[in-house]
Amino acid sequence: MSGITAVVALRNVGKHFGEGGVVALEDIDLDVRPRDFISLIGPSGCGKSTLLRIIADLIQPTSGDVVVNGKPARQARLDRDYGIVFQDAVLYDWRTVGRNIELPLEMLGWDRKRRQERMREMVELVELSGFEKHHPWQLSGGMQQRVSIARALSFSPPLLLMDEPFGALDEMTRERLNGELLRIWDGTGSTIVFVTHSIAEAVFLSTRVVVMSPRPGRIQGIVDVDLPQPRTQATREQTRYAELIREVRRLLRLGGGLDVEEDHVEETLIVAEEGL
Amino acid sequence: MKRVREWAPAVVVFLLGIAAWEGGTRGLNVEKFLLPPLSDILRTLWEESDTLWGAGFFTFKEALGGFVIGCSLAILAALVLARWKRLGGALMPYMIAANAIPIIAFAPITNNWFGLLNPLSKMVIAAVLCFFPVLVNMLRGLTSVRPSSIELMRSYAAGEVEIFRRVRIPNSLPYLFSALKVATVLAMIGAIVGDYFGGSQEALGIQIRRSAGIFAFDEAWAAIMVASVLGIAFYAAVALAERLTMGWHPSAHGAQAD
Repeated sequence: MSGITAVVALRNVGKHFGEGGVVALEDIDLDVRPRDFISLIGPSGCGKSTLLRIIADLIQPTSGDVVVNGKPARQARLDRDYGIVFQDAVLYDWRTVGRNIELPLEMLGWDRKRRQERMREMVELVELSGFEKHHPWQLSGGMQQRVSIARALSFSPPLLLMDEPFGALDEMTRERLNGELLRIWDGTGSTIVFVTHSIAEAVFLSTRVVVMSPRPGRIQGIVDVDLPQPRTQATREQTRYAELIREVRRLLRLGGGLDVEEDHVEETLIVAEEGL
Repeated sequence: MKRVREWAPAVVVFLLGIAAWEGGTRGLNVEKFLLPPLSDILRTLWEESDTLWGAGFFTFKEALGGFVIGCSLAILAALVLARWKRLGGALMPYMIAANAIPIIAFAPITNNWFGLLNPLSKMVIAAVLCFFPVLVNMLRGLTSVRPSSIELMRSYAAGEVEIFRRVRIPNSLPYLFSALKVATVLAMIGAIVGDYFGGSQEALGIQIRRSAGIFAFDEAWAAIMVASVLGIAFYAAVALAERLTMGWHPSAHGAQAD
């Protein structure tokens, strides 16, 4: 490890589901540095969503060490060191858009005035001014996801974890939100770990793409994305962009993950563990 | 104008129904023990209004008491069973089985337990009738929360109590209210059927049984009307409470959630 403290440091992280059951992750070593935009990409069953939840301390690893912001993952969660965005926006219908964004601030015990000030800033950041009083179900999927991002960033966590946040959106909305996310990342100075199953999205957004292979989930390789910042529509036309996509694809094929798609297997396992 | 057009068909059906009742019973000379003309029933309702409404409110109090006891216990039980899932898993099959028991069959027994004249004997029937649907629905509402909803709360370092307060309980409200609405009907049924098996002379169920026994069918029907009006008002009151507490719900805005 270099002199800079990593925002996330994973050492030999492994995860088994059940007694001698599925090996979801094995020997994961990864450092996420401040200001990194890391994408985790891989086929079904490579454990990318599981890995994100291990960083978030929502799932316990079976082995290895997870250090977030210089402390054990559990402590980092209790200190609210990260914000998280899921594939579904997870907005609460009984709260307005504004009050959804204020939720973490309420839980941190901020007073009303301060909460509303910050909420308005966040609404502006994600370009939803005027929608504060709307209910989540009155918004489109893309707008809901922007609310979810605003909520995750409202308390300025140093780390933003995103689990296929744009996976359920159409291609055009996704590209627009990719642009917005980069603008927000640039403006807030946060570090992002981003799970995706889109190669183009991963390369366009990231500073580094972590390519994972399935059964057991391992890191197949890490691609440094040396495309210039800021990324724009022109980025997608560069030869280097196409080369990097080819490189990610090569690594995916090497790992046996020919088709990259949604992690249904993983999700089922998480639901099974959560229980009802 | 739009409102008028929406309501017009229902009003027309209502008026046709009344006309058919009145005209049918008089025109076809229907025997009074089968169905008296509506106007006779309404006249009795007017003449005997003190006795009938007095009886109505007596029985309504039994129903309301049972409703409050049964629903409160069911809500508490649902919270406990949702919090300790293992306990819930152990008890749920029996709860569902108990839900299928025709509880009304216990009415003569509860009369013996609590005394014929004690309103509590009717309240218990109403309470038991209300208990299971509210429990089952509330429990479903508390537990049918998306896993990511809970994960989000845990990411904010929320404990169980906070997860209940901020996610599970608000999530259960639509389920709870549909069960409460069903429970108002069940509570009225429980109280009146409880009366049938004996109780205070003031009770509505007793009035209906006695009137029918002495061939005073106008009176029996008038009493049934009182029971219907009270039952509908009870239901409407809970529906109103639902509107007031759940203004946020898509249905309250005439919108379809997607």
